[in-house]
Amino acid sequence: MEPKVINQTLSKAAQSGRWKYGQHACFCQKQGSGNNWAYGYSVHGPRHEESIMNLIQKQVEKCDSLSGFFIIMSMAGGTGSGLGAFVTQNLQDQYPNSLKMNQIIWPYGTGEVIVQNYNSILTLSHLYRSSDALLVHENDAIHKICVKRMNIKQISFSNINQVLAHQLGSIFQPTYSAEGSFHCRRNPLGDLMEDLVPHPEFKMLGVRNIPQMSENSLAYSTFTWAGLLKHLRQMLISNAKMEEGINWQVRPPLSGLPALGKMSFNKELHFNTSIANLVILRGKDAQSADLAGFKDPALYTSWLEPDNAFNVWKTQRAFNKYEKSAALVSNSQFLVKPLDVIVGKAWNMFASKAYIHQYTKFGIEEEDFLDSFTLLEQVITSYYNL
Amino acid sequence: MTQSVVVQVGQCGNQIGCCFWDLALREHAAVNQKGIYDEAISSFFRNVDTRVIGDGGSISKGKIRSLKARAVLIDMEEGVVNEILQGPLRDVFDSKQLITDVSGSGNNWAVGHNVFGSLYQEQILEKLRKSAEQCDCLQCFFIIHSMGGGTGSGLGTFLLKVLKDEFPEVYRFVTSVYPSGEDDVITSPYNSILAMKELNEHADCVLPIDNQSLFDIISKIDVIVNSGKLGKTVKPKSLVTSSARALKNRQEKPFDAMNNIVANLLLNLTSSARFEGSLNMDLNEISMNLVPFPQLHYLVSSLTPLYTLADVNIPPRRLDQMFSDAFSKDHQLIQADPKHSLYLACALMVRGNVQISDLRRNIERLKPSLQFVSWNQEGWKTSLCSVPPVGHSHSLLALANNTCVKPTFVELRERFMRLYKKKAHLHHYLQVEGMEESSFTEAVSSLSALIQEYNQLDATKSMPVQDFPRLSIAM
Repeated sequence: MEPKVINQTLSKAAQSGRWKYGQHACFCQKQGSGNNWAYGYSVHGPRHEESIMNLIQKQVEKCDSLSGFFIIMSMAGGTGSGLGAFVTQNLQDQYPNSLKMNQIIWPYGTGEVIVQNYNSILTLSHLYRSSDALLVHENDAIHKICVKRMNIKQISFSNINQVLAHQLGSIFQPTYSAEGSFHCRRNPLGDLMEDLVPHPEFKMLGVRNIPQMSENSLAYSTFTWAGLLKHLRQMLISNAKMEEGINWQVRPPLSGLPALGKMSFNKELHFNTSIANLVILRGKDAQSADLAGFKDPALYTSWLEPDNAFNVWKTQRAFNKYEKSAALVSNSQFLVKPLDVIVGKAWNMFASKAYIHQYTKFGIEEEDFLDSFTLLEQVITSYYNL
Repeated sequence: MTQSVVVQVGQCGNQIGCCFWDLALREHAAVNQKGIYDEAISSFFRNVDTRVIGDGGSISKGKIRSLKARAVLIDMEEGVVNEILQGPLRDVFDSKQLITDVSGSGNNWAVGHNVFGSLYQEQILEKLRKSAEQCDCLQCFFIIHSMGGGTGSGLGTFLLKVLKDEFPEVYRFVTSVYPSGEDDVITSPYNSILAMKELNEHADCVLPIDNQSLFDIISKIDVIVNSGKLGKTVKPKSLVTSSARALKNRQEKPFDAMNNIVANLLLNLTSSARFEGSLNMDLNEISMNLVPFPQLHYLVSSLTPLYTLADVNIPPRRLDQMFSDAFSKDHQLIQADPKHSLYLACALMVRGNVQISDLRRNIERLKPSLQFVSWNQEGWKTSLCSVPPVGHSHSLLALANNTCVKPTFVELRERFMRLYKKKAHLHHYLQVEGMEESSFTEAVSSLSALIQEYNQLDATKSMPVQDFPRLSIAM
């Protein structure tokens, strides 16, 4: 809703000389939403609904076969969160047969925006109702990756965004659709949903990828699939966000015994139970990689067979200078702790009624807040009880 | 991009305003090398072709012809405004955007507010509407005034109500200069308290400043610069404290250096809205993030660094020093000690070559020594603008919504009560039409209510952080 960033984005793309955004593919206003979810949702949304939906319609018409929408937004601000939620809702109404995946940026814990917790819970609760899947990237996690793995001294947002883009690329670049076939996967978005979101109550997906290192170190490293996959599996089980500092003590529960991970609400979660996992392998000899470790039923909840819960996509083509790389998209308890923390902080602020007048000014009442809290507490409980 | 209109009222307001426009022109001249009228300049200036007779046709793009400030100058005495109009900035101001009178307000809030308010209401409205029409998308009014006098205090706060009624969607940011302890105007407590009531009710955000703090800052800079401790690395006159005139003439007016600090404050406040950066912050975000309850909208500000080093490659330690300084009580623009009081919210606006990792590192470093209110433990709002201020490689403006403003208010109330009990000078006010004793008592109770709110928050300072019980879900 304000012009500076879009102008920057358009000119940067055009400067690359290889691609650019469509000339009329952007929409901006002058004033921004002031970090106010209510302003983005209740004021900007209805005001610009027609123009925005028209722009989307034009792009849709240019597609041969639309599988769905990928909506990129943050949760902490006003426009990304509020207007993003509004647009997602509209997309659901107008294109009910298309899939929607929202890529959301989870803000830094120590705050970029003071009311980010309010904006986040309002966004999450609304998206949970209208979106099909939420692919979450946490700023804190990516920042740590930059610090520890990429050896960057002064980290800027463009560093962070590059790591993020790499993760997204490793998911969405083409892969082959079946063993030995030469056809590319036709519908990655649809396949992602099918593989990872078997139940509408569990929509939150996280991404881990391996290896993560700076370009200088790449030249001196070699990888084996066995090594990479062993690390990736442990990252999954112990809920590690990056390749370093993985807790190797965490083990999946032995079959037949009650799962160690099934603890009550407030205790520390050690073992990360998954609903579904998708591993994407890119690089030499991907066909020969052994993925048995991921098919262990102990990793998954009881209501899905590992054959259904685990999928793998492969391609021989290396990605982004890594000779071999693997990405894991997981619908698991990855995000339940951060979600719990955000809901807790928002609840404390809400109990003191701080900043509420800024939201009621634009039509979001205390009831709307309470609805959001209720929905999210429900999601947290469901995930904890996996 | 949005525009802002500056309304400068009274002697203090106009003098600060003058410094502000001087600095704004220099900043834009340094950034805008090509002389093209762009969005950043348009936030404070109009581009006018002075050859066109009449209204002066406004040009929205292309080369800069003649810049006119988006400002309205109001004073009930002619001296200050005339001086501005004869000085080097005379072409920047539109001669039709002035309101002056001859006799002045006699340091009497009632005269400024009631007498001149009703007398000039129509004219004021007309000039404001004109300014607003010339804006594409008006976002904010900046009002600059002092609290202790008559015009700035009385007419300035009268304006607030007018702005609220006429432009309810436009933000009202007020820069108020509070009277110091040894103020030479005897009735300044009366004026200030009467003005505070208006600020409580009609302003969106108030940045209180006091002369004593500004003076201390200037003295400190002079001591450091002149002691030669830092040697050749410090430029003798930094742009934070001196205007271009002074740099040339070496003969400064007494308040010039102090006013420049306030002018820098205003520029840094709006820098992220005008220039690009990796983490932008618009003016509406300031209000959204720093005002948790409508009454508590007083923000303590501090500006660092205050002197320029000639060394361009600033080692990280200097950068960290900049952050530490912003929280020390010597750098605040009002007599306050935020470190030992309770923070409700804090905003850090950084300009220049600083990255997100530097910002985060410093927040982590400083957080343990600061006390935040229980429901806002991580109450930080941050912004990064890539354009540094003129003459510096980076700078930081910290805005804090902190209970440390309370002592200022309490002291003000004490000084008020000392006069009021004796009914000293009261007749000057009561003989103005529309003023009664109840006006005074209402004003004091409004201030007392505000102080009480801060007291309540302070009381929670030492209590352990309690989590409220969450909603429980039946499975």
